[in-house]
Amino acid sequence: MSESTMKVMQEKDLRKVTSSQKAVKIAVQFMLYAFLILMAIIIIFPFYWMLISSVKSLSEYRLSVPTLFPREILFSNYVEAFNQANLGRLFLNTLYVGLVSTLLSLVITVLSAFAFARLEFKGKNTLFALLLATMMIPGELFTITNYATVNAFGWMDSFTVLIVPFLVSVFYIYLLRQNFMQIPNELYLAAKVDGTSDLKYLWKVMIPLALPTLISITILKMMGAWNSYVWPRLVANKEEYRLITNGLRNAFTESTGDVNIPVQMAAVAIVSLPLFLVFIFLRKYIMKGVSRSGIKG
Amino acid sequence: MVESKHPWKAWIYLAPAIVLLLIFTVWPIINTVRMAFLEGYSSMSAVGGMQYNFGFGNFKQVLQYKDFLSCLTNTMLLCVLTVPISTILALLIAVCLNAIRPLQRLLQTIFFLPYVTNSIAIGMVFAAMFNMVGSAFGSENEIVITAGIINNVIEFFGGTAVNWINAGSTYWANITVMVVYIVWNALPFKILILLGGLQSINKQYYDAAKVDGTSRRRVFTKITVPLLSPMLAYVVITGFIGGFKEYSSIVGIFGDDMGPTGDPRRLNTMVGFIYDALANKQGRASAAALILFGIIFVVTMINLYVSKKKTHY
Repeated sequence: MSESTMKVMQEKDLRKVTSSQKAVKIAVQFMLYAFLILMAIIIIFPFYWMLISSVKSLSEYRLSVPTLFPREILFSNYVEAFNQANLGRLFLNTLYVGLVSTLLSLVITVLSAFAFARLEFKGKNTLFALLLATMMIPGELFTITNYATVNAFGWMDSFTVLIVPFLVSVFYIYLLRQNFMQIPNELYLAAKVDGTSDLKYLWKVMIPLALPTLISITILKMMGAWNSYVWPRLVANKEEYRLITNGLRNAFTESTGDVNIPVQMAAVAIVSLPLFLVFIFLRKYIMKGVSRSGIKG
Repeated sequence: MVESKHPWKAWIYLAPAIVLLLIFTVWPIINTVRMAFLEGYSSMSAVGGMQYNFGFGNFKQVLQYKDFLSCLTNTMLLCVLTVPISTILALLIAVCLNAIRPLQRLLQTIFFLPYVTNSIAIGMVFAAMFNMVGSAFGSENEIVITAGIINNVIEFFGGTAVNWINAGSTYWANITVMVVYIVWNALPFKILILLGGLQSINKQYYDAAKVDGTSRRRVFTKITVPLLSPMLAYVVITGFIGGFKEYSSIVGIFGDDMGPTGDPRRLNTMVGFIYDALANKQGRASAAALILFGIIFVVTMINLYVSKKKTHY
């Protein structure tokens, strides 16, 4: 074998190695995508099933071989669901409770976070540590006594009972305090020298700078009102004060057996829609709040 | 920090929060402990002037109560099944997501979708997917009108349909449905945290491994997992805490009855037990709540202890 042929063969081997490496890489990428797309389909399928079931007729839904795309699209299920569950009323109730509690909660949170971040007083760190310690206790432990308390206050079946007990969240105070602490103290000193009052400084400087955190809190709070179930069912189960999640469950008590599933799915779709809109437009803020909290709603 | 001329000013800022916390957080803590140790306490009869003995009676009663034991078993079972499954699945998805470029953002968004849903509402969708319309299995003439989409898929791949959640379904079928739903629900948060962790790992470690010709599996077990361990510990701990408080996902699928038709309360959980006793058996509810708190506290401490030994920072 001459030297030149050896060289050619070596080059061939090298090329073989790189092309086989490339093949492995492509195969791995293919497997990654296959796995991820399969998982994504599983994740998204319930939403798809909800949507297509919500526009099927009952007889089409009950075919023994299901249709993956509805033969005819029926919007009457939505009308029926809206009326059957009285969703308009529930929607307004929830919106009212959500807005009022968010607003009041923001005021309380901003004031306390400011005190913890900027003002000096005796026992500040002890008090803050005690507040953080209460976050460890499961909420159910408070519910037992709070149920008796609101009963004693005569708040049963009112909007007050849905709003007031949950106005203060230690977690939100913590979140905002951390945010306030990042704002340089020199700004505060400069404002003091200029004779700006604390409240004006808070309003003009700190709130604008902490706006993203405030938006995160607003979204989580609104979603909380939308998704809350246990407390509203316990203390405000009258039609006039009922919130949407509780109302949905109440309107369709049977979810198994021979029930009109398309109408149920239409109701579920109506209740889910605002959440998706919030998700699409404000994803950034939600993800930020979530990754720091691990608290749902 | 500025020394304020008026130290009372801070207390004015704090006043609304403190008043509300005293009423709705501090008092409940004290009162729950008090009620838990007053044997057979019920606020109804307490108003009527009834006196109660101080002691461990409520705890003893709760622990001997058959319903409580089934609630405890259900809760533990769901925890032990869902936390490892969802964590491993989330880890796999996060690692894969981190290894691709095109479509990454789209897939990431899809995987986050279940987070912004209402667990009652989507529970009803899952119930519809597992629901079977027609006569129940085991009766003389089995006429199934609609087997449910999940059963359709199972039959398509050659399996036999299962009665998942309807009257006459088995306990394990119910648990399977709950595990599927809870894992589906738990994935987005875990993926978000783990992916964030992965993206913050220094690329130099991987480059060094590449130079050494380290195999993919070794890179995963020796670099990725150890450097991700703080985030893994975090999702496991929050997973256990959430798992011990499981309640509304079961209401979503089975309704207020917490079980299939004909067998209500079969899938009741610790939190469900507390809510059942809340209105007129406060002594029992308080004792159960303290037991729940104790369990969560111990499990969290164990988790922290283990992760302190195993996590690399």
